[in-house]
Amino acid sequence: MRNYDIERALYGDVEPPVIRLDDVCKDYADDVHALKHLNLVVNKGEFVFVIGSSGSGKSTFIKLLLKEIPATSGKIYVMGRDISRLKKNDIARHRRNIGIVFQDFRLLPEMTVFENVAFAMRVVETPMQKIRTEVPKILSIMGLSERLSAYPKELSGGEQQRVALARALVNNPMLLLADEPTGNLDPRNSWEIMRLLDDINKKGTTVIVVTHNKEIVDMMQKRVVHLNRGVLTNDYEKGGYLNAKI
Amino acid sequence: MRKFSTFFYGMGQGIKNIFRNRVFSLASIATMAACLFLCGVFYAVIANFRSMISKAETRVGITVFFDEGITDEQITEIGEKIKKRAEVSEVILTTAEEAWEQYKKEKLSPELIETFGSDNPLENSASYTIYMNDISMQESLSRFLRDMEGIRKVNNKKDVSESLTGINSVLSVLAISIIIILLGVTIFLIGITISTGVSVRKQEISIMKLIGATNFFIRIPYLVEGILIGLIGAIIPLVILNFSYGAIINALKENFNILLSETEFVNVNEIMKVLIPVLLLLGIGIGFIGSNVTLGRQLKKIEVQ
Repeated sequence: MRNYDIERALYGDVEPPVIRLDDVCKDYADDVHALKHLNLVVNKGEFVFVIGSSGSGKSTFIKLLLKEIPATSGKIYVMGRDISRLKKNDIARHRRNIGIVFQDFRLLPEMTVFENVAFAMRVVETPMQKIRTEVPKILSIMGLSERLSAYPKELSGGEQQRVALARALVNNPMLLLADEPTGNLDPRNSWEIMRLLDDINKKGTTVIVVTHNKEIVDMMQKRVVHLNRGVLTNDYEKGGYLNAKI
Repeated sequence: MRKFSTFFYGMGQGIKNIFRNRVFSLASIATMAACLFLCGVFYAVIANFRSMISKAETRVGITVFFDEGITDEQITEIGEKIKKRAEVSEVILTTAEEAWEQYKKEKLSPELIETFGSDNPLENSASYTIYMNDISMQESLSRFLRDMEGIRKVNNKKDVSESLTGINSVLSVLAISIIIILLGVTIFLIGITISTGVSVRKQEISIMKLIGATNFFIRIPYLVEGILIGLIGAIIPLVILNFSYGAIINALKENFNILLSETEFVNVNEIMKVLIPVLLLLGIGIGFIGSNVTLGRQLKKIEVQ
């Protein structure tokens, strides 16, 4: 039975969750358990903060979703597909459905703003004509229309993160993962990024933000998932950092 | 269409890689060119040696003598049978009279010749001298001749044939060994160049992997880089060999006129007819294998984060 047949059997005509983790464990060694029996469902259009202290398993969670590492046990479904069954060649296609933003931006220094975003479209083999029309559009949404020819070193931290966000979104992913997106930004730029993430979410993209930023989590009043030493300890539908009791 | 644009993108990036990584690329091209040049030189030397040896081989003949009282018809019949053998290039009959005339000319003084009068002491010495196109078949041809009716004696030059065949084998083994070592060194150097290129672009590759680039897309620029290094590394020695071969042969003939006046060297066109496809294939093949093997190892090391 193929993957989507299983999903159809499970969900009927209802759209499967964007993410479903069933009893997922990840061990790095016999005595290093990064995630323990994690069960989580994230539905389409949700905005979820994943919080937790260092070593809580937040990064492992992101790596598992990107299929960068395999789960030790349990099942992970992304957009209805059991990603443990993905073949090597399918991993690239799986990642095309996920946009990712990092704390350190990870822009290519020798490329301009336009080229950095176009690069993401190039990689997924988009025709040049479409790249020329789509890249300025997304950069305009990010408020970077005037900075197309600038190099990353000429941009502020906030601008760099907006370029990274444009790169993550230009291929219209169903899911956006943001790993500490405001970690290197001042409060004003942090709020700017969060506003953009919220806008993106309102347009239908599922957004998962891994963060330590207490103020932002408290203010945004979104779903909060709290990981503690690899265990999901709290899952608030509309919560804040404070009631997560870290 | 998409695959075409990916291919051209890969080509462009591959060429850019060579310039970005110019020191290592130049080192690889130079090593590849040096190795393939040496391969070419070895081939030219061996081709000439082989040509000389095969010419020498054709001068080594087997002589057969006939039974006493054999008729001219029977001798002709034996000659026809020998000529039909594939390894035989030429069969020359020396009659008893010709043998005696030759002997007199070479060995006897006029005074001594007179004492023989009209007698021919080599009356039973008519013979066939058989020349071959493949001297390694001398032993089997000798066996065939010994078994033939009407043949009394077979003289072959086993030592000469063995030493010529031996020289040929030693030369081939020596050349192949040296070429294999040189090619190994070249593959290693291309590997280093590609490794350096991959480590310089580690961040870019990691981002490519993150945003869903296929392995094919990531590999193309490096494969193009390896193949281009191989191709340039093959074209350089081909051009040098093409123009220098004739000049070297002329210089050898001028400077060693006494030794080499009789030697016929292989024509440059004959040499290049073999070297052009072989060196181009070697260059492209080594470039491809060197980059592909290295890429496999290096790309595994690059994690997404």
